[in-house]
Parts: sequence; structure tokens; C-alpha cells
Amino acid sequence: MAGTALRRRLTWQVAKVSAVTVETASVRTLTLDVPDWPGHQAGQHLDIRLTDEDGYVAERSYSIASAPGEPVAITVERLDDGEVSPYLTDELRAGDDLELRGPIGGYFVWEPENGGPLLLLAGGSGIVPLRSILRHRERTGSTVPVRLLYSSRTLDDVIYRAELDQPASGVEVIHTLTRSQPPGWSGYARRADAALLAEVAWPAAALPLAYVCGPTSFVEAVSQALVQSGYPPERVKTERFGATGGT
Amino acid sequence: MEAVDGNAIGGLLCEVFGTEMTAAASVCGSCGAARQVAELAVYRPALGTVVRCRSCDSVLMVFVKIHDRTCVDLLGLATLG
Repeated sequence: MAGTALRRRLTWQVAKVSAVTVETASVRTLTLDVPDWPGHQAGQHLDIRLTDEDGYVAERSYSIASAPGEPVAITVERLDDGEVSPYLTDELRAGDDLELRGPIGGYFVWEPENGGPLLLLAGGSGIVPLRSILRHRERTGSTVPVRLLYSSRTLDDVIYRAELDQPASGVEVIHTLTRSQPPGWSGYARRADAALLAEVAWPAAALPLAYVCGPTSFVEAVSQALVQSGYPPERVKTERFGATGGT
Repeated sequence: MEAVDGNAIGGLLCEVFGTEMTAAASVCGSCGAARQVAELAVYRPALGTVVRCRSCDSVLMVFVKIHDRTCVDLLGLATLG
């Protein structure tokens, strides 16, 4: 644990956007230059604060997409009725300033010494903190076996698709597309439920460590199914981000 | 309104308590359920933040922010930290 980093006071600071990457039609990755960044752990998040001309303030949390040691990056999905995300995905350009604080969180984090095997379960943009974990595993040379089940609406909604198509050794990536599938699709085409998890999850006897991130309904369904299949609740870490985002 | 996890208010908790709290232990004052703060149910209506027990739904913590001041009610908790 980065004890000293966690004990430091959490203050707002101004970062500069150094790059904007198009991930899907509605998702962008913002790479940030944060002058006073103490370093983060895989799975942590940060808060973004936008202030408009009349002083109205809106705050949102975003998972950190990059591994510890890489430049800080967040991946943002545009929510059409959102107060913050349309600005981040549509307006921000490289060179713009952005107010943030972080890193935040000591629960939904993974370090190589936490071991595995790892079961990562993502619904929609819930993939973001899990991508940080995957990159951290690779950068640290960890050989912990990983299975990632990633639920998206359509193939075009899959974030980090190119990266996930070439997983590191020991990482298995399993997609399910819940709304529509391209011709010849050989992956799953249904919601992540007990039956699907019975096919793809590590057996409970392997003492796996599960991280589940996505919309509330996805996280509830998946985490309950895992616990019913024998995963101890303390080995199933969850991060619900409400009704937004698609699975 | 759908609940998110205690993890989502890590920034707010850090503001209030001055330290990372999502991995801290909590015990519900009503039913005694013990959970890490990150595992509690968080509701964020427009006026503030309400944290509830995932076992019995009791209100554990309430945070309301007015003019840069945060009012904090922790009466629903038996222990924290």
C-alpha cells in the first residue's frame, strides 16, 4: 500500500490535457499531465470538477485507465443528458486545463501481491479500472492468470478493442454482445448471468479474486451469481456506477 | 434511485475525514452488519449524499454540502474506521 500517498491531503489541482484518443463513437480517453501527481494504484479513480461562468459546480468521478507509472489517463463515456461528460468528450482538446483531485480509493485496487487467479467482469465502461489492472499486471511481470468477461451492447461499443484483441500471456478475454452481433460472431450474445458465469468464471475452488465494475444492474447480477456459485463475498470486489453506460 | 458503492464517495470522505476511508471498516448501528465503506450503498439525491446499510437499509451516514461547508451525520453507525 502506498501509505504515505494515501495519507496526504486530497486537494484540487489543475491538470493539462495532453492527448485525446477516440475509443468508440461516444468514448474518449483523456491523457492528463498532472504536475503534482503522487502516483496511483490500479483500480483507483479521480474526481473532476467543472465550474461554469456563474459559479455552478459539477463534480464527477472517473476511473483511472492507465497503469501506475504511466501518464494519468481517464476514459469517459458521453452521456447525452450528462452535465460533465459531454464537455469532456466533445469540447476538451489537447492543451486545455482540467481541474481534478486524486487518486482516490483503497478498496477496488489490485497489486500483484494480491494474487489471483483474477476474474475481471466489466459492463460497458466498467472496463476502465480493469484495464488499469491488466496493464499493471503486464508492466509488473505478474503471471497471475486472468479471465476477463466484457459485456458490451455491440462490437462498436467495445472500448480498448485493439488492445484487448492482443492480450498479454496468461490473459483470456471473453466478449459478450448483448444487443447485436456482427455476421459470423462466435462469442457470447447474452447477458452476463449465472449460466454464462458457470461457463467462463474460474471455479470457486481455485480461490479466485473477482473485480466487477459496471452499471448497478450488471454488478448486482454478476456479484450475486458469483457468491451463489461459492465465491466468498470478500473475494468479490464491486464498483457500481449507477444506471449509466451500456452492457 | 439506484445505489452506487461507497467507493464513489472516496473523494468526499477524504475531504471530511482527511484520509482515505473507502477501505475502512464500518458497523451498522441497527443490524450490526460489518462492511468496508466501499461496500455500503450510496444514494446521491440533489441535496446531498445518503449512505445506507446493504443488509438492513438503515441510514448510516448523511452528508450535505452548503457553501463549501459539509454537514455530516454519522449517527447510524456503531463504529467506523
